[in-house]
Amino acid sequence: MTDIDEKASFWLSDEMTARVRRRKRAEARFRFLGLGAIWLAIVALAVLLASILYLGLPAFTHTQVRLDITFEADEFRDVESKQGPEFDQALNRVDFAALIRQSLMSVFPDVRSRSDVLALQTLVSRGARFELRDMVKDDPSLIGQTIHIWLPVDDEVDLGYGHTGKEGAESGSRLSEKQVAWLDGLKADGRLKRSLAWNFFTSGDSREPELAGIRGALVGSFYTLLVTLIVVFPLGVASAVYLEEFAPKNRVTDLIEVNINNLAAVPSIVFGLLGLAVYLNTFHLPRSAPLVGGLTLALMTLPTIIIAGRAALKAVPPSLREAATGLGASPVQVVFHHVLPLSMPGILTGTIIGMAQALGETAPLLMIGMVAFIVDIPGGVTDAATVLPVQIFLWADSPERAFLEKTAAAILVLLAFLVLMNAIAIWCRNHFEKRW
Amino acid sequence: MSTPVLTAVILLLALGAFYAGRRKSIASVQGNISRLHSLPGHYGWFMVLCMLLPGLLVVALWLTLGGWITDTLALSGLKGMASGQDLDLLLNQVRNLANGGIIPSNADPALVAAAHRYAAIQANGQMATVILSICLVLAGALIGYRLVRPDLAARRHVERTVNVLLAACSGVAILVTIGIVLSLLFETIRFFGRVPFTEFLFGLDWSPQTAIREDQVGSSGAFGVVPLFAGTLLITFIAMLVAVPVGLMSAIYMTYYAGSRFRKMAKPALEILAGVPTVVYGFFAALVVAPFLRGLGADLGLDVASESALAAGLVMGLMIIPFVSSLSDDAITSVPVALRDGAYALGATRSETIVSVVIPAALPGIVGAILLAVSRAVGETMIVVMAAGMAANLTANPLDAVTTITVQIVALLTGDQEFDSAKTLSAFALGLLLFVVTLVLNVAALAIVRKYRERYD
Repeated sequence: MTDIDEKASFWLSDEMTARVRRRKRAEARFRFLGLGAIWLAIVALAVLLASILYLGLPAFTHTQVRLDITFEADEFRDVESKQGPEFDQALNRVDFAALIRQSLMSVFPDVRSRSDVLALQTLVSRGARFELRDMVKDDPSLIGQTIHIWLPVDDEVDLGYGHTGKEGAESGSRLSEKQVAWLDGLKADGRLKRSLAWNFFTSGDSREPELAGIRGALVGSFYTLLVTLIVVFPLGVASAVYLEEFAPKNRVTDLIEVNINNLAAVPSIVFGLLGLAVYLNTFHLPRSAPLVGGLTLALMTLPTIIIAGRAALKAVPPSLREAATGLGASPVQVVFHHVLPLSMPGILTGTIIGMAQALGETAPLLMIGMVAFIVDIPGGVTDAATVLPVQIFLWADSPERAFLEKTAAAILVLLAFLVLMNAIAIWCRNHFEKRW
Repeated sequence: MSTPVLTAVILLLALGAFYAGRRKSIASVQGNISRLHSLPGHYGWFMVLCMLLPGLLVVALWLTLGGWITDTLALSGLKGMASGQDLDLLLNQVRNLANGGIIPSNADPALVAAAHRYAAIQANGQMATVILSICLVLAGALIGYRLVRPDLAARRHVERTVNVLLAACSGVAILVTIGIVLSLLFETIRFFGRVPFTEFLFGLDWSPQTAIREDQVGSSGAFGVVPLFAGTLLITFIAMLVAVPVGLMSAIYMTYYAGSRFRKMAKPALEILAGVPTVVYGFFAALVVAPFLRGLGADLGLDVASESALAAGLVMGLMIIPFVSSLSDDAITSVPVALRDGAYALGATRSETIVSVVIPAALPGIVGAILLAVSRAVGETMIVVMAAGMAANLTANPLDAVTTITVQIVALLTGDQEFDSAKTLSAFALGLLLFVVTLVLNVAALAIVRKYRERYD
């Protein structure tokens, strides 16, 4: 009995209870560290998303000003008699900026001095004159008429005045007090409004932030991904089928497998260098074209698709193969009639994830010249184009403050597409994938 | 003919061939298909392959080799006009003239003539390819159709061809690697023809501007890669300081502590972190984190560069957290449960089990994961392009601006490129260096995992 008592008293001694307490504290500390690590990651993600949302959301709306523009027949003397291309050329020479100036001066009749007029005029976007020109081009009967029209304001006005709607300018705004007073006047007249900026989705890139849109980049991304998909899907699936189903177990096959795993870890910029050296310098394919971008991204996503494809093929149980072989199917028939159709959902899921990766990729495309300033919407795979991530990169580099929110807005669009693609992939996996 | 039309024509031809082969095989046995060697469909596929394969092969050959053939033929005509380096330049001009179509009025008449010759060679080559491939399609159709007989082993032929085609597709992966190595090596060798190998590898200065005028400042151009390497390592080190503890601890917490509800919330968060494009991280680093750190530094009386290594490194670490986490998760969960239970049975707490049993057992996998993460960080481009500096500083101060290998590759190859200058070529040398470093890291990671993995069963 004494023996047991002694032991019990040893375990219950102060020294031992202190030790147990210490160990329990260490346990709690460790647990807390683990929880902290996860929360750190989650909070960082939240800050990332929140800051982009905060910066980007204002770009989806913009401020417009209502002006009464008179297309005075005098200004269009040279134009009216002409037809076709000559008409367009003559129209390009018409001073639409003057029309806007006159309209503004009719609202503020007491603004007279040269510098004041200039300051007044800079409130309206420099792109507004092209908008007017295009209106007349589409409908020449406007000449001689007066119309009420909402025109975009300059990006500085949009930032400094439009967002807050406060009376008076925010600190850091580059608007002068006079300009703010005029804007207050316009607002009191009901001539200012804030509305959805559709032109962000319908126009191409521009040097003027208030006119720049992402349509060109979206179309460029679409063509690039189309090329990537057309090239990489057959190639990747065929490789996966060969390696998983037909390849003899020998050193060549081993070499290919090691090689594919290594390719998956090669930095993406190296694929850009490859594209530059092979497609541009050797085959002389057009620079900046979605064709070259797509081919480059295809090489980059090839390992992803092959690895996903092999995993999907491997998931098909051997009993199915054996049953088909037992009924007299040849190996090719087994694969193409049974295994491949059954593994298609898995392969498609992998392909969508690979495409999402390609959609977000920037670095290799910088190498092959998709980084140019391109206003036009690309019409095919050989036109010069840019893609959404590269557009983000270009805008992030721009000095104008208004491009900051455009950049964040473009990021939101990119993230929306990525979420959509991943959601489709998850849906595919849950609905079509069979579990054996 | 446009590509969609051509594709449609080829598909229609294939469809026709398939049905022709099928029909003939059925007709040849009067509908009693059990007398056929293969299924009727096999005869159809046999026809398709006979007809299209040779023609498409010729077209593919022209698409890959045509440019080279045209260049070689055109070059022999240009020999008299220039020599050596200038010949390449001349050929480039001729090619642009021939393909661009716009010929300036003041162009050298000899050049214009050469351009016309070039265009003619190109047109002839295209014509020859088209005619040859049409002939091959017709001949293939004829021969294939005559070969379709009941005793033809169509299935064997078709399946063997399919096998070869599939193998060829998986060979593309090898071709890509060879292409990467060759294209980088070729340009790098040309670069080392101008800049000595030792100067590149051990030089302490990096300023790749080669002068336009002789007397310009910094006209020499220095290509010492050490400061770039140091910058890359500094940023990678900062990233690892963030990513390894956070990634490892979150993997441990997820596996051993988290309840299923918490895991359901936290796992997607980590997956989102992995799926955010790098350009978004770059934006975050350059326009949110860097100004914040700069302001913080100013408050503390520290001088933080606006493109500090710290901002880029922290955000890169954030990007790599899910990578480390998922790889070390694999390593941790592959430790057998028996080991864990043994430790519990001896009275160890969970944290003691993890620290003294699970992590040592999973160490090869964790080290492998860290090496792969380092390789990721070294090769990462957009974050550093947007948030790290351009000037090559040899410093270990994380508050200074440093530049990295990838930043310099992008800087050298975007914007106006001088054809063939040491500046442009040095980008390929950097690319090769990057490729070799990441390859070594990946191979080392795999080797460590393979060699030191404890086998428990």
